[in-house]
Amino acid sequence: MRQLVILGIVFALIGLAPFVIASEFWLNLVIMTLYAALLGQAWNILGGFGGQFSFGHAAYFGTGAYTVAVLQVQLGVNPWLGLVAGGLMAVVVAAGIGFSTFRYGLRGSYFALVTLAFAEVLRILSNSVDFTGAGVGILIPLDQGAANFQFVSKQGFFWVIWLMALAAFTVVWWLGNSRFGAQLMAVRDNEDAARALGVSAFRVKMGAIMLSGLFSGLAGVFYAQYFLYLDPYIAYGPAISIESLLVPIIGGMGTLFGPLLGAVGLHLISELTRELIGDLPGISLVLYGILLVIMVLFMPRGLAGLVNRLRPKSAATGARHA
Amino acid sequence: MLEVTSLRSGYGAVEVLRGIDLDIEAGEIVALLGSNGVGKTTFSSVLSGLIRPWSGTIRFKGEEIQGLSEQAIVDRGLIHVPEGRHVFPNLSVRENLELGSYRRGRANRARNLDHVVDIFPRLKERFAQKAGTLSGGEQQMLAIGRGMMAEPELLILDEPSIGLSPLLVEEMFDLIQRLNSDGLTILLVEQNVLQSMEIAARAFVMENGEIRLSGVASVLMDDPELQRSYLGLA
Repeated sequence: MRQLVILGIVFALIGLAPFVIASEFWLNLVIMTLYAALLGQAWNILGGFGGQFSFGHAAYFGTGAYTVAVLQVQLGVNPWLGLVAGGLMAVVVAAGIGFSTFRYGLRGSYFALVTLAFAEVLRILSNSVDFTGAGVGILIPLDQGAANFQFVSKQGFFWVIWLMALAAFTVVWWLGNSRFGAQLMAVRDNEDAARALGVSAFRVKMGAIMLSGLFSGLAGVFYAQYFLYLDPYIAYGPAISIESLLVPIIGGMGTLFGPLLGAVGLHLISELTRELIGDLPGISLVLYGILLVIMVLFMPRGLAGLVNRLRPKSAATGARHA
Repeated sequence: MLEVTSLRSGYGAVEVLRGIDLDIEAGEIVALLGSNGVGKTTFSSVLSGLIRPWSGTIRFKGEEIQGLSEQAIVDRGLIHVPEGRHVFPNLSVRENLELGSYRRGRANRARNLDHVVDIFPRLKERFAQKAGTLSGGEQQMLAIGRGMMAEPELLILDEPSIGLSPLLVEEMFDLIQRLNSDGLTILLVEQNVLQSMEIAARAFVMENGEIRLSGVASVLMDDPELQRSYLGLA
């Protein structure tokens, strides 16, 4: 319960941003941080709480993004409807990938490799078919207005991503306090023991991957509407998959606030390097790689682990069971 | 209560169980003995549905259960406490226990928890603690307590004494006997022959995926073959 209160306070404070930040530049930074937190929290559901390390979350992100874009450009569907469709399509793709991997008991690095392969297959497919605009990409025509999910000011986008992130964080809080969450963590900690208690590992993992896919897909929809342009590399490329997993790994896997800490940390670092080195192509991926190695070596519990370590012990254990 | 006939199973092409026949009456403690690698753990996993049998029948309370899902088997009251204290280290003691009652009704859960806490008062003191921070003996008690949460009619304990100090082993066997005198049927899978024989009504000795010896525990203790191969006597 205490975590829920803290979550409410944190999001209320973030919600002040559009009122106190006048500069579009800084508001954009807050929006992109929330967006990264959403991506990371989506991955955290499956990876942090379920222990299934996906290297292909771009599959869900790209599906969400392409769904809203293609529906709009090819069929003239309103993007708010596209938002729902994008989320659902991402869930369908997640269910498909989940079924074909969990059904055959793929775990650990095998699961990671297969998810990577699925994302790559989707990238190549979207590069070769016509209705996605193939390699040229797809440009959503500018038609500003709240009814078109194209806000004139950044404030509108802020509230959309704020709501999406709030939803994802609330779901993860629920995971930490529900039977489904307990089963998911039991499967993560020891799949065989969980099965011996009658927990269906397959069903639990399917639930987790679909939830995870939903929020990744929503992040994709948001991305498409915010930048109004997609190509196969943006939508299904490895950069999104890596960002998805890096955020919770930096912040703290399997914790509620880890992805938020990770998103803030990651954005501080990438903005800082942009200031120092300039916009070298690919530099962010190099940086992410280095960061990942450092985190895994020296801070396996992430920033959230660091916070817990610095707090007095009684408070740290109390929070978990409040 | 349990009747197993010519049960075969294994991994891939490797046959581990080569036709097991075993039976357990309601209210008994039956010991399944044998050294490492004879197939004891495979056998318990086949009973609880974690591993599929190749052939043979498993009859539990008169109903054939071979090939059913692990959930369906838990629902019927056959509960397996796997070897090596598989607790969930990052969940609290309370959450660990509650997961045991996951297949049971909401109303039963509080009652089961009270019951388990009566049996293991130590766990109550550690309710909020993460299971990974418990001592080995406490983790084993938690694993058994978690099994009890599932309202077992037949409890399979796979090597409950493994890795415990002699004093704790003593305590563990006392506990198993106490659970049994409360009416629980127990299949005790063990390497610890002497102490298992003391509390078991009957015993089966496995070797190479087959039942080598079986019978009333007190009679079996005097069997020259058992004494030779397991106790180093004679």
